[in-house]
Amino acid sequence: MRENPSPKHGYPGRLFVFEGLDGSGKSTQAALLGKWLGASGYRVFRTEWNSSELVSSTIRRGKKKGLLTPTTFSLMHATDFADRFERTILPPLRAGYIVVCDRYSYTAFVRDAARGCDPDWVRMIYSFAPTPDVAFYFRVPVRVTLQRKIASRLKINYYEAGMDLGLSEDLHDSYERFQGRIKKEYDRIAVTDKMRVIDSTRAVEPIQAELRSAVRPILQGFPKGESLLHDG
Amino acid sequence: MTGRTYGTRLPGLPPGELSGKLVVIEGADGSGRSTEVELLKEWLEIEGHAVVDTGLRRSTLVSEEIDRAKQGHTLGATTMALLYAADFGDQLENKIVPALSAGSTVLADRYIYTLMARAIVRGASRDYARQMYGFAFVPDLVIFFDARPEILLHRSIGKYGSLDYWESGMDLCLSRDLFESFFLYQDRLAREFEWMAREYDFHTVDANRRPEEVHEVVRELVATLYAGKPPSRARRRITPRGPSASA
Repeated sequence: MRENPSPKHGYPGRLFVFEGLDGSGKSTQAALLGKWLGASGYRVFRTEWNSSELVSSTIRRGKKKGLLTPTTFSLMHATDFADRFERTILPPLRAGYIVVCDRYSYTAFVRDAARGCDPDWVRMIYSFAPTPDVAFYFRVPVRVTLQRKIASRLKINYYEAGMDLGLSEDLHDSYERFQGRIKKEYDRIAVTDKMRVIDSTRAVEPIQAELRSAVRPILQGFPKGESLLHDG
Repeated sequence: MTGRTYGTRLPGLPPGELSGKLVVIEGADGSGRSTEVELLKEWLEIEGHAVVDTGLRRSTLVSEEIDRAKQGHTLGATTMALLYAADFGDQLENKIVPALSAGSTVLADRYIYTLMARAIVRGASRDYARQMYGFAFVPDLVIFFDARPEILLHRSIGKYGSLDYWESGMDLCLSRDLFESFFLYQDRLAREFEWMAREYDFHTVDANRRPEEVHEVVRELVATLYAGKPPSRARRRITPRGPSASA
């Protein structure tokens, strides 16, 4: 199982990353791709980066007391990511799994930049996270994500709207502005980081078909699950 | 103080100087830091300066998470290093900066250097540690309390009645023997403090002596900050004085 390490990170597994704004459809697509890979006989491990108890309890407390700053906000998320990385991403990657990550370090690059943190500093903080085999960026206008949110009656979260930055008193207005900054940053790093841009204004099926053909070449010669369990 | 940082600048801070002064006392557990901070605070206040003292792991933001992590021993090295950095960032922005802006003297009982040393001996690269804390202000004065491991050992046992699990670096699995682990761990930390002393311009003080003697040396160093001139280069290395000199 070690004869086919990824040229990107050197581990025997494969790392597929899904990035984009909230409501861009990336989670739906990640779940579908994971399912297909599993059904195809690969060993798949799917993980998402949402706030864990570690970070959410701190953020709750910080918000109540007005303590969180862009720097501590960034470091708390980095702590959370490092914990997930060390516990849930690295072991399956080393064991030869396909790890499907719904959000990765790129999420921090764009969010922290939108909050005014020094981008070089943020990248350095996350330097422990290796480059994935492929990073999909689900590109979609902010308005579409807002409509999807409203349609599914999801509440807009204070920090997601960047309310701590004082961009606007109005939650929806602040959300649009802050997410607009994030999208601009995503658009920028999609080029510099060679992310694979997916037009996510389309229906689910054509997007999924595009993803499947995109990962096929990466999986050429990659061992399926059965061969990991037995010799011969 | 100049308001200069070691690297990146904190977002949201007004540029330029801060009117207060930042004095850092660094050193191992048992080197006499906390005793000295108390003495120094008392003296500075009598001299008419407003003083705010601060230490590590006293912030309200994440100290609970740190305590929980320590009890569970479940967090990895990078995670722990970042959690400490978040905690430090919280103290810097919510305690140190406001005090410096108000013109107070901040006495820091340890600063980024201890955090860096701990992260490095647990596997972080020196570069990573240095850059991670790039947002920290360059203090006006860093005084390093240098004490022999044997002395640290006796003071530690005197203080806790035994050796502390973390201060002996037991999580590093250097030795299953607490006593042996303590020396191995302190030795590794000392090696990190050695290069930092050069890199970050520490004023090293011989902390093997009595608190009163140490205090006299520290007072002299700190006094120069208020005289409007930096401590002279010649004073950088403090040579131990015999007990008779201070009597």
